[in-house]
Amino acid sequence: MKVLVGRGSCGNAAGASVIFAQFEENGCDVRPVGCVGMCYLEPIVDVELDGARRTFVKVDEQAAGEIIKLVKGEPNTADTYLISAEDSDVLKSQDRIALLNCGIINPDDIEEYIASGGYEAVKKAVTQMSPEKVIGEIKTSGLAGRGGAGFPTWFKWNAALASKDAKKYMICNADEGDPGAFMDRAIIEGDPHALIEGMMIGAFAIGSDEGIVYVRAEYPLAIIRLELALHQAREKGLLGGNIFGSGFSFDIRIKAGAGAFVCGEETALIASLEGERGMPRLKPPFPAQKGYWAKPSNINNVETFANVPWIIKHGGSAYSAFGNEHSKGTKVFALTGKIEKGGLVEVPMGISINDIIFNVGGGIKDGKDFKAVQMGGPSGGCIPKHLGKTKVDYPSLSATGAIMGSGGMVVMDEDTCLVDMARFFLDFTRKESCGKCTHCRIGTDRMLRILERICGGEGREGDIEILEELSKHIADGSLCALGQTASNPVLTTIRYFRNEYEDHISHKKCTAGQCKPLIAYTIDEEKCIGCTICAKKCPIGAISGEVKKLHIIDAAMCDKCGVCKKVCKFEAVKVS
Amino acid sequence: MECSCGTDRKFADASIDAKLLEPTLEKYAPVRGSLITVLQKAQDLYGYLPVDLLAYIAQRTGVKPAKVLGVVTFYTQFRMKPIGKHLVLICQGTACHVNGSADVEAAIKAHLGVNEGAISADGLFTYNNVACLGCCSLAPAIMIGDKVYGNLTREKTVSILEEIKAKEAAQ
Repeated sequence: MKVLVGRGSCGNAAGASVIFAQFEENGCDVRPVGCVGMCYLEPIVDVELDGARRTFVKVDEQAAGEIIKLVKGEPNTADTYLISAEDSDVLKSQDRIALLNCGIINPDDIEEYIASGGYEAVKKAVTQMSPEKVIGEIKTSGLAGRGGAGFPTWFKWNAALASKDAKKYMICNADEGDPGAFMDRAIIEGDPHALIEGMMIGAFAIGSDEGIVYVRAEYPLAIIRLELALHQAREKGLLGGNIFGSGFSFDIRIKAGAGAFVCGEETALIASLEGERGMPRLKPPFPAQKGYWAKPSNINNVETFANVPWIIKHGGSAYSAFGNEHSKGTKVFALTGKIEKGGLVEVPMGISINDIIFNVGGGIKDGKDFKAVQMGGPSGGCIPKHLGKTKVDYPSLSATGAIMGSGGMVVMDEDTCLVDMARFFLDFTRKESCGKCTHCRIGTDRMLRILERICGGEGREGDIEILEELSKHIADGSLCALGQTASNPVLTTIRYFRNEYEDHISHKKCTAGQCKPLIAYTIDEEKCIGCTICAKKCPIGAISGEVKKLHIIDAAMCDKCGVCKKVCKFEAVKVS
Repeated sequence: MECSCGTDRKFADASIDAKLLEPTLEKYAPVRGSLITVLQKAQDLYGYLPVDLLAYIAQRTGVKPAKVLGVVTFYTQFRMKPIGKHLVLICQGTACHVNGSADVEAAIKAHLGVNEGAISADGLFTYNNVACLGCCSLAPAIMIGDKVYGNLTREKTVSILEEIKAKEAAQ
């Protein structure tokens, strides 16, 4: 009887390492699996019993004890920790291709990947197909780059194939830097062989014998799992010379990034691989002509590669059957923020934002009101509630001012201040601007200062117009996508939440109660019963009052952390 | 005058032993484009990259000192000042921001009594804000060493620091 424990970085943080050890100590046949995507239910344990798989959720040490009894055939109450039918449906309502094996197989054991049909696609490609045929199949599938730009994958591969050179590089961009997106981490941690196989097929298609995975240093577990997977693949002869006796040779090495968001841009990534500052350069020449060490290079993101084995195995048209007329296939989204069931979901392109948030994601946390969703990270924008019917495909999302990006969806409720969100993103892009282009380097700094001023209650009439003007100049005057899209979070929030900007500037008011200089916490005399909890929990002791008597917040001392409001059970703490 | 270009090179920080870096330099110095890898290994060994160490790396790899400094200052991973025993990375990604990472930072800052990048008085901690740890479903999150802690509140954050302190005190 096998016990499978979800051990992605997030599962481990939720306590999976502790219960894993507990199963081991009790002699269970326990194996790690990757992240199944239901982060809100972590730690998750699957037990294979009589050929069926039973899923237990939020497994703490006590629950693990009951599951151990179940495994040993002793009386137990493990059933109380079984996944609910509703949560189980969340998984069933998805179409999983890139995440096919995540949370199902043991990422540390190549045999499990092979048993699930792994490496059959690359075998088919190298023994039965020509590079042109492989690229043709990818073209039929409609697969587009999942890292952000959504550029057709076949087109890049074809350009790299067309570049005649004895040496070509197949590079995987695993520098997942978009705050709010973590599907690439989950794929590498949960199914590293899918990435390896996808890269192998791509390398065969373009005629490359050397692969590099550029992975973020912030993902230590992903690096460990990928190293092990590469080692196992080499031992099996799946990487190296004359793979499947076809004459095709290929190997992959890992390069750990050093922390720079701009390295997600192709030319900056190549500069970083070469040991330089990761600064983008003008294109053309494109990497397909002159890339790493001036050799033809092809760069795709992790999720893109993870789709490739499935496409080659089942055919391009099976993949394009998912999606709508604009965008084909499936897409992984990272649902985070004020969402009830946060995690990773993979759904067909073309379903609506509302479908994802309310049907798959279970709606907004704590019964609050949906205000907006931020898509596409720092290059994307905030889509308001009234556009919830927008279809999730490349052109429909672009029409809103946001972008598909890498698939991060940060959900915001009524308590999120959209001006503060714009400030947050500009703070990010200002820090991450590499400094090469003047407009990006100085423009983002100017925009940030204006936004800080607005959030600080010192906004001036005309600030909105200056922001709009600066946005245009930064977009026009920047070499790479970081600068060209840096103002999207500002432009979309001005477009959809202009009233919030005006409230901040003209009325010095933050309706969401987030911008600290604009708010004050007070206690309602009618509602306060004198329970003392707020005074006890206030981290700086700014609340005074005796038992069963009205409590008072010292306005001069209060640092507006909001702890009192969170702990008050009587809704007596008001923000104004 | 003694030669100062070899492995007996002395640094302002006497705890830096150049010999430890020798295997890395032997392996990577001849490989073009491996400067970042050498710097990463050096930082793993010594905890930080003081300027005289950078000069030494420049000399040994044949990369110009200005370029080495340029690379070190470009990437957020590299630091030129020493840090405490435990490096606390506070995620400031979007999901963490929306879920209260500012409170987590305030709690850590108040508890350690130092600003970002500085070493706490007991020498145990340094904290840094980072872009995104990729554990967005656990927001707000921090990472200490290779371990991620999620769903944090002010209190939970402080208790994590206290726990590490207690472990250190017991040793």
